[in-house]
Amino acid sequence: MIPAAIVFVYLAVVVYIGVFAFRKARGKEEVEDYFLASRSLGPFVFLMSLFGTNMTAFAILGSSGHAFNNGIVTYGLMASSSGLVIPLTIFLIGTRVWALGKRFGFITPVQLFRDRWECSHIGTAIFAVQAVLLLPYVIIGVMGGGTTLNVVSGGVVPFWLGGAVVALVVMSYVFFGGMRGTAWVNTFQTVLFLVFGTVAVAVIGWGMGGFRSAAEGLLASPASSWLLTRERVPPYYFFSYTFIPLSAIAFPHITIFCLTARKMGQFAKTVIFYPVCIMAIWLPCVFLGVMANRAQDVPQIKAKVEARRTLAQQGKQMTPEQRDVLREKADADDVLLLLLQRYAPLWLAGLLGAGIMAAVMATDSQILALSTMFTEDVLTHYGGKERFGEHAQVQMGRGFVVILTALAYVIALQAPESIFSLAIQYAFSGFAALSPLLVAALFWRGSTRWGALASTVWVAFAVAAVAVFQAAVPAPAPGPPLVVSRLFGLDALARTAGGTAVFGFMPVVPMVLVSALLMVVVSALTPRPSAATIERYFPASRTR
Amino acid sequence: MRRALLVLAVGALYVLHQDVWFWRTARPLVFGFVPVGLFYHACFSVAASLLMWLLVREAWPAHLEEEAERGARPRRRD
Repeated sequence: MIPAAIVFVYLAVVVYIGVFAFRKARGKEEVEDYFLASRSLGPFVFLMSLFGTNMTAFAILGSSGHAFNNGIVTYGLMASSSGLVIPLTIFLIGTRVWALGKRFGFITPVQLFRDRWECSHIGTAIFAVQAVLLLPYVIIGVMGGGTTLNVVSGGVVPFWLGGAVVALVVMSYVFFGGMRGTAWVNTFQTVLFLVFGTVAVAVIGWGMGGFRSAAEGLLASPASSWLLTRERVPPYYFFSYTFIPLSAIAFPHITIFCLTARKMGQFAKTVIFYPVCIMAIWLPCVFLGVMANRAQDVPQIKAKVEARRTLAQQGKQMTPEQRDVLREKADADDVLLLLLQRYAPLWLAGLLGAGIMAAVMATDSQILALSTMFTEDVLTHYGGKERFGEHAQVQMGRGFVVILTALAYVIALQAPESIFSLAIQYAFSGFAALSPLLVAALFWRGSTRWGALASTVWVAFAVAAVAVFQAAVPAPAPGPPLVVSRLFGLDALARTAGGTAVFGFMPVVPMVLVSALLMVVVSALTPRPSAATIERYFPASRTR
Repeated sequence: MRRALLVLAVGALYVLHQDVWFWRTARPLVFGFVPVGLFYHACFSVAASLLMWLLVREAWPAHLEEEAERGARPRRRD
């Protein structure tokens, strides 16, 4: 129970930071202060918090779990591609969003879209799709919290209680501290995880008798040598993953966070250091996830390896339900925590557990973003800003924080999907396909509200279609995909062990391309916004 | 010209992400334990950081900051 006690102390510190931020903001019951920290964040907090916001349970627990079952490919799939695409989008899009927010007072991306394209209800449609896609992200955080506390306490704290504790803690500091509290907590958590992550690698490596022997051991066996290569991953699939990081800037919490910087110069350090920050967290997580395959003296890890092996060897003869049971057993989201339990001393396991908890709790920004969106994009937009006043808007925002957290917790208790697949299949692909909206709004004078609507409807349809398809066609055993439809001699639509393939690509590729195409074609056929609006966004005096 | 070179650099790095040459091999193990495919992508992350530094230095959109600071911010049109 010592590690669990340390984690609980950590949670208390996090709540205190939120309350401290609340005290600092006392007397300033203003919308921009609660939702955007008065657009005043400095360079260090901006970098650490923006980065920490992206490092969720998916990044930490999901990445090591994915690496455990898929090998080193995990880093290339998600980390190095993100290290290029995310800072690039922050550089190109984030800076422009910040400048427009400063000029026109936007608090949410939908406010920008409404103003840019002179629309109201179409903005509401965009809001609805964003909100539905963001909720799974919040659920991931609660699930990750439940898993972490359960494992760190050696099973004493059940999943439902762990999830409830994390949900309550996050709700408390978001409720009181708003964006300032969230940013400070994220900064504290990111620093904590970077420090303890380094310690974790050293301690686990030492405990395993050195990584050199572990790597050689994995290579010596044909059953595990493939984990150190990418031989089982099709190149199209690998390429598809470079589209996923487009989601980052389209996530409302990231777009909103871009509005909190005091000066645009704060983006510079963030853009430059983002790739190495990703490396600092993902490289150890992925590496440890792969090396965990050698830790067969841990009974739970041995059981996972055996489940994976059985699935690969006998999966074809099994029913879909039997395969699902084995997939559940092979799921490795807790593998990093199991390694800590096995190789770290009790007190250190607690500190490292707190570090992991830090990353897991990055869900706070999503809760705040959803609350900001509900308050600003729906209630204030339709109810009237003057009618409510600033104080009432802040109180409404706080009310939404409570409702959303409770909703996420209830769903987290019911959801059977693993953290990783839930995130990738719904939220990430959907937001990646919404990124053409931002690009069109910021860079293309000719874009129109009808183009935006066409892209948004397509995204909603495509996400739902993928979900229905995967529910209707059970995942096959590991190996060749189950081809459902062929076109021009090619596999047009196939169900793979991990999801869906469209002409060999992940669905995110056609989703993004069709979304961009619809934006272009429909915009070209429909009337542009007024010349005055276009002049405000693309001033003729601009020289660059 | 400078802008074209930067776009080219971004495109080149994007292509280099698809490193088919280390697809099926784990050796050499760098430092004795890091598979070469993983080491390559760690180096890719460092290269991305350097490219971002170049972009910030050579193509920083300073005009946006000037526009934002110059324009006395009206409240948004709700």
